Amino acid sequence: MSALPTVSSLSMLLPFTLLAPLVAMLLIVFLPKEETKTIKLVAAMGMFVSLALSIYAFFAYNIEQGGMQFTLTIPWIPDLGVNLALGVDGLSLPMLLLTNLIGFSSIYASWNMDKRVKEYFILLLILIAGVMGTFIARDLFIFFLFYEIVVIPIYIMVIIWGSSKRVTKEYAGMKLTIYLLIGSAFLLVGMIALYLAAAAGGNPTFMFEELAARQDLYSPAFQKVAFALMIIGFGSLISMFPFHSWSPDGYAGAPTAVSMIHAGVLKKIGGYGLIRLGIYVLPVGASFWAPYIATLAVISVLYAAFIALVQKDMKYVVGYSSVSHMGYVIIAIAALNPTAVTGAVAMMFAHGVMAALFFAMIGFIYEKTHTRNISELGGLAHQVPRLATGFVIAGMASLGLPGTVNFVAEFTIFIAAIKVLPVHTVLGIAGIIFTAVYILRIIANVMFGPRRSEWDHLTDIRGPELVPLVLLAFVIFLGGMFPNILMGLIDSGVNSSGLAEVLETVSQAKIGGLF
Amino acid sequence: MVDFNITTVLMPEVVIASMSMILLAIGLLVPYGSRKSMMPLTAFTLIGVLSYTLYDFFYGPKATFLDGMYMHDQFAVYFKLLFLAAALLVVLSSGDYVQKLAEHRYKFYSLLLSATLGMMLMAGAGELITMYVGLELMTISFYILVAYLANDARSSEAGIKYLVLGGASSAILLYGISLIYGLTGSTELFVIASKLGGNLTPASFLATVFLLAGLGFKISLVPFHLWAPDIYEGAPTPVTAFLAIASKAAAFAVLIRVYLLTMNSQAFSITGETLLIVLAVSTMILGNLIAIPQTNIKRLLAYSSIAQAGYLMVGIIAGSLAGIKGVLFYAMIYVFANMGAFAVATHVAERQDSDQIKDFAGLWRRSPVAAVVMTASLLSLAGIPPLAGFAGKFYLFTAVMDQGFIAIAIIGFVMSMVSVYYYLSVVKVMFLAEGEGLPDIPVHGAMKFTMVFTMLITLVIGLYPTPLAQMAFAAAESLFK
Repeated sequence: MSALPTVSSLSMLLPFTLLAPLVAMLLIVFLPKEETKTIKLVAAMGMFVSLALSIYAFFAYNIEQGGMQFTLTIPWIPDLGVNLALGVDGLSLPMLLLTNLIGFSSIYASWNMDKRVKEYFILLLILIAGVMGTFIARDLFIFFLFYEIVVIPIYIMVIIWGSSKRVTKEYAGMKLTIYLLIGSAFLLVGMIALYLAAAAGGNPTFMFEELAARQDLYSPAFQKVAFALMIIGFGSLISMFPFHSWSPDGYAGAPTAVSMIHAGVLKKIGGYGLIRLGIYVLPVGASFWAPYIATLAVISVLYAAFIALVQKDMKYVVGYSSVSHMGYVIIAIAALNPTAVTGAVAMMFAHGVMAALFFAMIGFIYEKTHTRNISELGGLAHQVPRLATGFVIAGMASLGLPGTVNFVAEFTIFIAAIKVLPVHTVLGIAGIIFTAVYILRIIANVMFGPRRSEWDHLTDIRGPELVPLVLLAFVIFLGGMFPNILMGLIDSGVNSSGLAEVLETVSQAKIGGLF
Repeated sequence: MVDFNITTVLMPEVVIASMSMILLAIGLLVPYGSRKSMMPLTAFTLIGVLSYTLYDFFYGPKATFLDGMYMHDQFAVYFKLLFLAAALLVVLSSGDYVQKLAEHRYKFYSLLLSATLGMMLMAGAGELITMYVGLELMTISFYILVAYLANDARSSEAGIKYLVLGGASSAILLYGISLIYGLTGSTELFVIASKLGGNLTPASFLATVFLLAGLGFKISLVPFHLWAPDIYEGAPTPVTAFLAIASKAAAFAVLIRVYLLTMNSQAFSITGETLLIVLAVSTMILGNLIAIPQTNIKRLLAYSSIAQAGYLMVGIIAGSLAGIKGVLFYAMIYVFANMGAFAVATHVAERQDSDQIKDFAGLWRRSPVAAVVMTASLLSLAGIPPLAGFAGKFYLFTAVMDQGFIAIAIIGFVMSMVSVYYYLSVVKVMFLAEGEGLPDIPVHGAMKFTMVFTMLITLVIGLYPTPLAQMAFAAAESLFK
């Protein structure tokens, strides 16, 4: 590998996207803490730059050419073979865009924050930059580094700005942190094992492409073990049953922006990692574990949906629903089929936008009424129609109404997965019914029904508060009406990366073994 | 070897030794009121020696002399750098604290330097008696330093405890050395290795166990760790810092050399490796678990440093070039991470007269710099990226997995994530609690420099570990030649 950085066209696009929130963060560090308005504006500006750049990247990406684009590679820790390698393809670019959409919205969802504003936005921007970094990294080490960076800011944000309801915020924060860190310990062991196996012939590397290219160095037994370690790590991150219990408690305890980012993008790192690392690098391990994972995923879907049915706190409903929805993503990944993987990525995008919108709306309701208890609320649509609109849009997206991007994603998953995993998929589809029940239940009980005079003093969301609603709802419908904008990109990512061939060889090997 | 002058090679040791004497003399000659310059004098001496040693590391002549009694290789110089850096940071962060001590405070710096000298001898020792002399020089200086708060019962108690237990451990170590001498007729490591060969006799087994136990005491490995929390708690906080960081690193320097040169010969390897694995695993597990319920910051850091010693042992178990490199890398960043935490603890202890974690409440508001430095230091100890601790653990555990010890790596990583729990509980107190009624304690001067400097090093090495990794590699390589 040459010592000089390899440069492609627009190689600085991604570094700038990544640095914009960090620059804004540094500016905020030097602002006096009384200037809350300026702090919020600077944070919003930083995220706006990132968002604009990632939208540009989204449309400038050459779908015909496919593969990693806007790449930048700088040797970083030569003795370990770590490269500061950035780049996006059809799998990571939607995730990057999602991160920035939600990051930008989360700044506006925290617009009314008045407690320790300066520290709040510093941590929030670090968090967003960290998540963004994981999706644009092409190097496993850098990927992991960015992922772990976000864990501690989240903890501090939960314990300071969180809310104590069913569990205290200290408990929620610590539970979330420890679950994710213990999961990442296993991930780290799997990662080092993979790294050492790949370096067996010399020339150590952490680059995803290189790791995937050295297939013949990984024996089937090794792949099974390494994949098992990774499924513990990524499985806890994507809140797969039985590693899911941090998720509802964590979301309920966290402040709105953290819930939005955590449910919206952070847990998608789990799914993204399973695809990027699990399927591409360890296909034999993936195909060995796929049936078990699919079973766990179905349990996630149904079990979490049942629990969501009986929740009293709105945040818990959405928290469990996100566990349930991630089950679909895992089923799609376990189907090991290019179309299903496309659906999985689309589902992660769709769920991210929906969950962020949902948490933003719940955040506003909580801010205004100081309660999230479904039984204490009712008829809010009379007083806060705009808020109710956002809430209903999020709900409809959540239950996969045609016209929303979620429908497209779920539909793709089901068509692709039913051929491979018929029983699991049918059971999974049954989950939609429960989703409809719990979503319609909270919409009906919170937003509709007779007008309640105790909420007459509420003011509807306006001004900056409308940004999350407008932006995220626009994306939900745009993706639902013109799915090809999104699906075309993801498809090119799946096809140009040679996933089809990888899966082909694996399935042949499996058939050979079975008969 | 290129021709060299023994005085140039030994210059750091000579300067430190004479400075220790000079400080003692100044303290006796200069009247009590005008001894303000002791701290700057020590600090500048250390800075000078540190710069020379840094130059020496890269360009100085390397030699083994006095028939292999003393070694001046990059490995030894690397550890000298580490001790000098730790001593410098302790001196810089202890100014106000020592100022409050009794009139005998001039001896503090003198003893600190003599302890440093002992460590430097340990790092360079090529035979067991020199090693033992260095070890005793260090330990005896520490006996006095630990009991330095003469009016404080806890400090005196700690001093006595350290004296008794330290004496016992020295006896065990000496017994091990005498057994080895009886077996081989030599105390030189190279000769021992070649003479021992492949015969595993009961005597060689016993010698291994005794040597490891004696050194394990200094490193505070489980089950030889019981002294550490009590003594760390009772000793003056800067002394605790020096004890936890530098004395431990010095014992590691000896352990690495002894283990690689002698124990890795066939006779010792089986016993040694099995013992090390048991010690390392129990140290990592118990150190971290017992740290969880601690309410005193010094006890917490004591248990955390026990656990950290367990991680360092992992690199020695690997026994490979990469493993030793990992140990050296981690030992260096451990200095800075722990020094940051101890500097904050010293600051709080000095201003609030308390070591309780609950008295860190609201530190975020009362002293933002201290709170941020403490957080960064603790998270680096926990191994959270982008701080240096992550890179260090990565080197260590990659090396040990490369040798096929996957279970150790899993235990290590899981336990280090468990450690996040108690580190974060300190962070929680600092950031979440309001700390009403506690005073504002801003940091100034040398203390602020120490804190910010350690944090910057921790962050910079974490983001770009290459330079330090190269130094550690060169040092480890010199050991394998």
